[in-house]
Amino acid sequence: MEYVNPEGIREDGRRPLEMRHLHAEIGTVARADGSAVFEMGNTKVIAAVYGPREVQNRSQQLNDQALVRCEYSMPNFSTGDRMRKPKGDRRSTEISLVIRQTMEACILTHLMPRSQIDIFVQVLSADGGTRSACINAATLALADAGIPMRDLVTSCSAGYLNSTPLLDLSYFEDSAGGPDVTVGILPKLDKVTLLQMDARLPIDIFENVVQLATEGCKAVANYIHEVLLENTKQLEYRRGL
Amino acid sequence: MLQNKSFVRKTRQGRVVKVVREHYLRDDIYCGASFCKVCVTSAAKLTPSDSAILVVDTNVVLNQAIPIPTHPRFTLGHIDLLENPGIDGVVLLSVVLDEVKNKNLAVYNRIRALCSNALRKFFVFSNEHHKETYVKAMAGESPNDRNDRAIRVAAQWYQNHLGSTTRVVLITNDRENKRKAIEEGIAAETVDSYVKSLGQPALLDLLVHPPSEDASMMEVEDLRPSKKKVIYTEHKPMSEITSGLHRGIYHQGKLRVNRYNPFEAYVGSESIGDEIIVYGRGNMNRAFDGDIVAVELLPQDQWHTEKSMTIADEDDDEEEDVHLAPGSADDAPRVTNLVPGSGRGVSSVSSRPSGHVVGIIKRNWHSYCGSLEPMPLPAGNGGVAHALFVSKDRRIPKVRIKTRQLGNLLDKRIVVAVDSWDCLSRYPSGHYVRTIGDIGDRDTESEVVLIDNDIDTRPFSAQVLSCLPPLPWSVSSEDLANPIRQDLRHLTVFSVDPPGCKDIDDALHCTALPGGNFEVGVHIADVTNFVHPGTPLDDEATQRGTSVYLVERRIDMLPKPLTEDICSLRADIERLAFSVIWEMTPEAEIISTRYTKSVIKSSAALSYVEAQARMDDSRMTDQVTKDLRNMNKLAKIMRQRRIDRGALTLASAEVKFQIDTETHDPLDIGMYQIREANQMVEEFMLAANISVAEKILNHFPPCSLLRRHPSPTKEMLEPLLRTTAALGLSLDLSSSKALADSLDRAVGDDPYFNKLIRILATRCMSQAVYFCSGDLSPPEFYHYGLAAPLYTHFTSPIRRYADVIVHRLLAASLGIYKLPNIFQDRPQLTSIADNLNYRHRNAQMASRASVELHTIIYFRKRPTDTEGRIVKMRSNGFIVFVPKYGIEGPVYLTLRGEKGGGEWVVDEQQQKVRKIDGSVSYSVLQTVRIHMEVVEPQPNRPKLQLTLL
Ligand SMILES: [Zn+2]
Repeated sequence: MEYVNPEGIREDGRRPLEMRHLHAEIGTVARADGSAVFEMGNTKVIAAVYGPREVQNRSQQLNDQALVRCEYSMPNFSTGDRMRKPKGDRRSTEISLVIRQTMEACILTHLMPRSQIDIFVQVLSADGGTRSACINAATLALADAGIPMRDLVTSCSAGYLNSTPLLDLSYFEDSAGGPDVTVGILPKLDKVTLLQMDARLPIDIFENVVQLATEGCKAVANYIHEVLLENTKQLEYRRGL
Repeated sequence: MLQNKSFVRKTRQGRVVKVVREHYLRDDIYCGASFCKVCVTSAAKLTPSDSAILVVDTNVVLNQAIPIPTHPRFTLGHIDLLENPGIDGVVLLSVVLDEVKNKNLAVYNRIRALCSNALRKFFVFSNEHHKETYVKAMAGESPNDRNDRAIRVAAQWYQNHLGSTTRVVLITNDRENKRKAIEEGIAAETVDSYVKSLGQPALLDLLVHPPSEDASMMEVEDLRPSKKKVIYTEHKPMSEITSGLHRGIYHQGKLRVNRYNPFEAYVGSESIGDEIIVYGRGNMNRAFDGDIVAVELLPQDQWHTEKSMTIADEDDDEEEDVHLAPGSADDAPRVTNLVPGSGRGVSSVSSRPSGHVVGIIKRNWHSYCGSLEPMPLPAGNGGVAHALFVSKDRRIPKVRIKTRQLGNLLDKRIVVAVDSWDCLSRYPSGHYVRTIGDIGDRDTESEVVLIDNDIDTRPFSAQVLSCLPPLPWSVSSEDLANPIRQDLRHLTVFSVDPPGCKDIDDALHCTALPGGNFEVGVHIADVTNFVHPGTPLDDEATQRGTSVYLVERRIDMLPKPLTEDICSLRADIERLAFSVIWEMTPEAEIISTRYTKSVIKSSAALSYVEAQARMDDSRMTDQVTKDLRNMNKLAKIMRQRRIDRGALTLASAEVKFQIDTETHDPLDIGMYQIREANQMVEEFMLAANISVAEKILNHFPPCSLLRRHPSPTKEMLEPLLRTTAALGLSLDLSSSKALADSLDRAVGDDPYFNKLIRILATRCMSQAVYFCSGDLSPPEFYHYGLAAPLYTHFTSPIRRYADVIVHRLLAASLGIYKLPNIFQDRPQLTSIADNLNYRHRNAQMASRASVELHTIIYFRKRPTDTEGRIVKMRSNGFIVFVPKYGIEGPVYLTLRGEKGGGEWVVDEQQQKVRKIDGSVSYSVLQTVRIHMEVVEPQPNRPKLQLTLL
């Protein structure tokens, strides 16, 4: 298959180093303490955050830090084939875990001992890169909820097809079965907090692909900063400041 | 700018899903004109010198008639025309490329090659992602109409973008599209009208002749009223074929035409689990070799039971009625046809189903090499002439072409592409593509041989060459320090090869051990140290599959620096190797085997003659000679043991030319002499291959590449049995051992008799083939000829790709490298094995054709009298095999035209032909004196003729 044609254009019209359109909205779930919708192309994810609040199940309470919980779901309507998937299948359990660990690593949990933070993430439409979109949405929702964080975590994926590193794979490109590297970073601290790959790659190519995904994360971070800034301005405006 | 593209698609499970994909539109796609003031011109290809910028429609590119009458867009195309340098300054739209890719990948690859060719001005414009040229399908608009519109919009954009000083022409063969374009103010022309406006006759010949235009051709045929009728039955419409296949009344399969008898074809059908025979052009109903066809079985009483014994003369098929049954047997009686290595035992057994083609599912048309049938030049106006093209490949029917340069083409080898074949015409129509050179010219004919056998002779690309290590290369200290590599430089290693061999891929050593045993090593060039999986170099070698040896030249699988220098195990130079080392008893029993990558330093590169001379010369007592003698002793024991096990000592008539280094003309011709030294080397190579096969299969049971030789069936040996039965010999076919023994017993009055029987036996066997071990079960792995349960190719990685794969498997089994991913992909591995078999076969055919060619060149100036042996009887003569020159051909007893003149009677039982009055008789295997001479029955058509003395 030709995923990048000799003119250097991908199937959907992007060039190899280009990301899909990003779009984010903050405060989309009124009841939640913080919420956001994050779109990367046709992948659309909604995240809602509740907390910090009292720990519901006392036995899980941690005395020195906050308890972070994450629930991820991907309803049947979000994919093209709308196939019925059992709830709590291995894939969603794994993604829940990935999101929880990534978010936990950036929340300053020690500032909120004996409390609980719930992150709900739901995929509204899946077109590749759902993991990254989930993390980006969760970051925004946490920021919206005013939860103290070390930095904003942002995530982006990159792949390697037709001997070319490609940023932000779409579902079509992802289905090629090539390597798909998902990276999450703390942009200000310049630290990698998430790195996942489910295929094999020679080490030199791997480094290139990770580098590319990291650049993608930084671009996402810039966008998220803008969105937050804009949001803050609007809040100020509404408060009449 | 963002668009969403949505469409429905059927999944593999048969469900229909809606697919939504993003579609980004860009503003950084440039027009590709170097003179454009607005665009970035770094990748520009179009220059102001082109008289016009041509925007081509899909139908201009596609070369094949696609049997969908409702799609006028996909009728006929002109890829050959586009490839001609006379056409340049072409814009290919991405919408066109996508359509071409979906319809015909081969044409797509050709057009892509044109676009990447720096010498041609072909520019790809990604109109589908350009924000000003993207068009969205309107409600109710078919995809075809939408694409037509996209092409017009792009053409319009070019005209507006480049301004009125540049002429932009839309070239389309679709009348409707042309009409609409002109309405919208776009200059549009059909291919014909555009090419005619250029006024170059050579280009006009390249035009495809659509069936509707055939009217002019029909007029010519009208002169022969009898030919006006419908010759072939109409092909069934696709819907009917599909339902017929469903109901089991039609059978689908690939049609393969008998190489030696173009009137006989087979369709391997899965639905009836047997081959269906299709006799005659009428039943083949316009199908070509390689087409995927639908076949209907004939009623059983029409299944053929007998075959005619007449030698079909080459000119016969002109007279041959297409409705008639085939005239000749499976073996080509052409003189130029050398001993066919693997006669497909195609004796007509009455139980084999016959059928006729009712429809063609997929065409396998491409271009063919050949020449025009000699004809007088048309009187007067040097206008269009209708000529018949005869392909070099006998499986291809004659092709009618129109040409304006008949005078130029008559004595040339040319390439012709097939365009159409309707049921009113006896022959398909096609068009001229290019000229190769003069008929009979050695270089031209060699090129024809290469093209005919699909052999890639292009020089290696810069990409491929960039994978080579820098020269001069030598073994580095890292190589020596590498723990995977054993330092074997202290061993006395030597190589034995044909004289003048430059690509030495094997070397040997044999050291006497203190206890009386021997350490014997086979060292093979470590090609995989330089050819890494997934690199352009590796991909190229995978495709080529093997080096090809012609009489006067060699087409390498790998670039020369590797084959002749870096990998070649030359004398007195340190080289990397992959070694198999045994400890053997003096009785040649293998006690232990080990495998290792190594560094060796060969102390002598001997020729077979030199090695033989050293062994024979009792005064020589140096180390190499002593080792040679020990090895020879071991090899003889191994060989005897192999023969005892039932290995066949087969024989073929290999000839050797001595070539003039200046003119490249053959100076001398003779049988290839096999010496003990050859057999010695061969024996150790066999042993190494077997040891490696065991090792890799043990480690990777599902994905090893092995080589098997299927046991011959009784039908395949039928011709041999008929011959031996006539001579009163009986052959035992129950096992290879039994056959080997009965071949040993077949001794006649003269010393050559046994060899002749072996040659005839070899000819009946099928060839050994590569396969993926996961595809078959262990009993099928058997190598019949070598009587070995397992076999593979390990010893020639410089010139065979199979050996490269096996080297990788062996390295992985030793834990040196990881197995490349490709080995986890069974279908891919199977397709690689299939390609290797295809390339291997083609390489052999090419070598043989090259020998044939040089035989003719040799005898052109040297009419010769010699001895031949009769190998097959015919009603009007017999086939004579000439051992000295390795050729065979027909000798006629009756003159052409007076077929079977009644004077001669054939006794098939006795394999005899005798004169009716009993005065003269000839029987099979009899020695006859013949005269060989090159004659030219038609100008520029030399052929070798055999006549009885
Ligand atoms: Zn321009």
